[in-house]
Amino acid sequence: MALVADAGGSADIAAGRLPPEELKANFGDLHPPLDVHEARVEAERCYFCYDAPCQQACPTAIDIPLFIREIANANPLGAAKTILDSNILGGMCARVCPTEELCEEACVREAAEGKPVKIGHLQRYAVDAQMATGKHPYARAAATGKKVAVVGAGPAGLACAHALSVAGHDVVVYDARPKIAGLNEYGIAAYKTPDDFAAREAAFILSVGGIEIKTGVALGRDIALETLAKEYDAVFLGLGLPGVNKLGLPGEDTLKNVEDAVAFIADLRQAKDLSRLPIGRRVVVIGGGMTAVDAAVQSKRLGAELVTIAYRRGVEDMKASPYERELAQTNGVNIRPWARPIGLEGHDGVVSGVVFERTRLVDGKLVADGAPFRLEADVVFTAIGQTGAGDLFGATPPKMQGGKIAIDAERRTSLAKVWAGGDCVVGGLDLTVAAVEDGKRAARSIIAALA
Amino acid sequence: MVDLRTSFLGIKSPNPFWLASAPPTDRKTNVERAFRAGWGGVVWKTLGEAGPPVVNVSGPRYGAMHGPDRRLIAFNNIELITDRDLEINLQEIKQVKREWPDRALVVSLMVPCEEDAWKKILARVEETEADGIELNFGCPHGMSERGMGSAVGQVPEYIEMVTRWCKQHSRMPVIVKLTPNITDIRRPARAAKAGGADAVSLINTINSITGIDLDKMTLDVDIGGKGTHGGMCGPAVKPIALSMVSEIARDAETAGLPISAIGGVTTWKDAAEFISLGAGNVQVCTAAMTYGFKVVQEMISGLSQFMERKGYSSIEDFRGAAVPKVTDWQYLNLNYVVKAEINQDTCIKCGRCHIACEDTSHQAIWPKVDGVRKFVVNEAECVGCNLCVLVCPVENCITLVHKTEGTDPRTGQPYNQPARNWTQHPNNPAVFKAAE
Repeated sequence: MALVADAGGSADIAAGRLPPEELKANFGDLHPPLDVHEARVEAERCYFCYDAPCQQACPTAIDIPLFIREIANANPLGAAKTILDSNILGGMCARVCPTEELCEEACVREAAEGKPVKIGHLQRYAVDAQMATGKHPYARAAATGKKVAVVGAGPAGLACAHALSVAGHDVVVYDARPKIAGLNEYGIAAYKTPDDFAAREAAFILSVGGIEIKTGVALGRDIALETLAKEYDAVFLGLGLPGVNKLGLPGEDTLKNVEDAVAFIADLRQAKDLSRLPIGRRVVVIGGGMTAVDAAVQSKRLGAELVTIAYRRGVEDMKASPYERELAQTNGVNIRPWARPIGLEGHDGVVSGVVFERTRLVDGKLVADGAPFRLEADVVFTAIGQTGAGDLFGATPPKMQGGKIAIDAERRTSLAKVWAGGDCVVGGLDLTVAAVEDGKRAARSIIAALA
Repeated sequence: MVDLRTSFLGIKSPNPFWLASAPPTDRKTNVERAFRAGWGGVVWKTLGEAGPPVVNVSGPRYGAMHGPDRRLIAFNNIELITDRDLEINLQEIKQVKREWPDRALVVSLMVPCEEDAWKKILARVEETEADGIELNFGCPHGMSERGMGSAVGQVPEYIEMVTRWCKQHSRMPVIVKLTPNITDIRRPARAAKAGGADAVSLINTINSITGIDLDKMTLDVDIGGKGTHGGMCGPAVKPIALSMVSEIARDAETAGLPISAIGGVTTWKDAAEFISLGAGNVQVCTAAMTYGFKVVQEMISGLSQFMERKGYSSIEDFRGAAVPKVTDWQYLNLNYVVKAEINQDTCIKCGRCHIACEDTSHQAIWPKVDGVRKFVVNEAECVGCNLCVLVCPVENCITLVHKTEGTDPRTGQPYNQPARNWTQHPNNPAVFKAAE
């Protein structure tokens, strides 16, 4: 991705809009970690509920009351073990989970006083303590001699690989990108995972041993599913969503500075020096999900002056959680609902604005409502959803449904020896934590199948 | 209009809040600060006999048990009696009493169990014009190893003997401070009364070790590699003190003996509770050592508001009001039936009541109704034990309802049976025998 100024000079694209120290602060930790005393006091707020609603709300069913009680009693490593037993990516989930819609929404203290126990913060406290020891809390079972291929080193793939390795299987993980950890590495706002956390967590997971990583290897290009299924005892597909949706507007592919938000976030995450990363003065983000918010907030934090999220439906319909929307707004991002893009404007081959029509719902259908309006833009980011890629599987693809891989409860695909999970499967929540659960369940099923 | 003034053994005090004999009452500066803050009286830190000064440890002398938010739940000390010179103490006591005539000033004493030693110090204290003396028969550490403090308080005969000497050799009112480190508090109290004590004060501290440092494998209060038990006080000891005060208040032999109550008094409510069990005033230490002298202002204000609300104009109006309600188990009405009831509007569905009852009591709370998370009492199993009420994090969400109409599904007996206690119960072998 490369943002450029136009020849006429109307597109205001520049790097280093903010002094380096301000950039550093903007992309530092969004929530500083709890210290020992804070963690203990917060942990004591937990009521240790029976059949705890928070645990029921967790896609990976972490025993939350138990790990919090362990923290309260000065046993953070025991707490970490409790967390990691259910979710080996508990560290990342503590940072990126929409806890306000999962465990913390279910917390009885939310019902009682509107102030749930800070489960996410406590989880991070415990897992950070474990990672700080530099040790890995699991030992591998005796080698089984079985080999499993995992395609995709994102949350689903890593969770699956770890569980398989602990069970004594040898695992080879393939990933098309140069670095592992998938969206954790490339797709999440920097201030949620500072200090290279995605890579550190991945290294922590791999330190169990028995997992070989092969990066730069893409399914359908460098390896074929059929071959994997032949060469390995089982295959797990954690491919993510390699494609992005298009606006379908003229100029989308030809005008400069109309970019895919996912690519922008990835570039930002991989940038060695944020002061050299260009951004427009006026940024328009089209979409209403987490990706839109991550792109908008990070644009703002890079120094963009006017950042607008334009969404075709109402604020309540946005996939970004209320917490995420508030984060956008407190970062000075303008959220403009009921705005559907109908045209891109450019100058000298470079985008200069977006034309929207106002919308409203009539009998459940979105209709145009009133005169169009125009937002000036130096950069336009599209964040209107990602798509699976059905063309990676060669002659015998697994059964697909709506562009995604169909699976059963154990995460088996329609192909023998092939399991799948994460964003690439049908029915996913598009959450890291859900991907981890898929990987974990698939691993259990594979272990049972290979036993 | 509420009047907090008390006259305890004729010792006048503007309110019932005294500072107990302890570090806060060790010297004139502190006592005067306390009086300025509003304390009604003090019991001056225990004086010993003239001679080489007492030596305290130079390592830590205090320990504590904390709640998770570092709130102090219990306190522990191994400090000895005053380590200041007797003459300086006496001089300061005299000055303070002269400058603060409206406040109570009692002097705590501890000398060896020899009549002469007591005679000598009593004469000296009398010269200060202090309002009275308190005999420290309670200190459970250090001094007790030398035959004083709780070593005396654990032998009723010694209590009686020393008390008698004090009454013989002094005109001052004598308060005997009791140790709780005994099996039956009535014995030392009776002994004090037999010796002529004007009052008892209790409880002194309880033998305790607050914790072990598991890295060093030493006591958490570690003095150069070793530790020793101290005396525990603070909020956690209040229930023990309440019970002991009530025993003395309702014992046939000691009923009516004035009591100065000590033990975990931290708020006005604690004080009111002790007074309702018969105490004429309360003594405080840990609360002051935790928060400073200002805490008395909350106590004064809270007690006044309480009395105003209840229509009590003086401490005497409600002093001892709860004493007749304390009885022995055998006299409890076994036909009084309560059942737990859960208020579904305030229930936050934490399920603690269910799991506590299910795992450890009577399996009397259902966790689900029609497959939905909802906690409901099964009256056919509920024995009214109160456990659910106590573990519920929401105040007043679970209540015990007194049943008076209908039949108890648990026992098949009607609810409104006449009162019957164990002494009248057919299952009591003694009753059965008598009926034969």
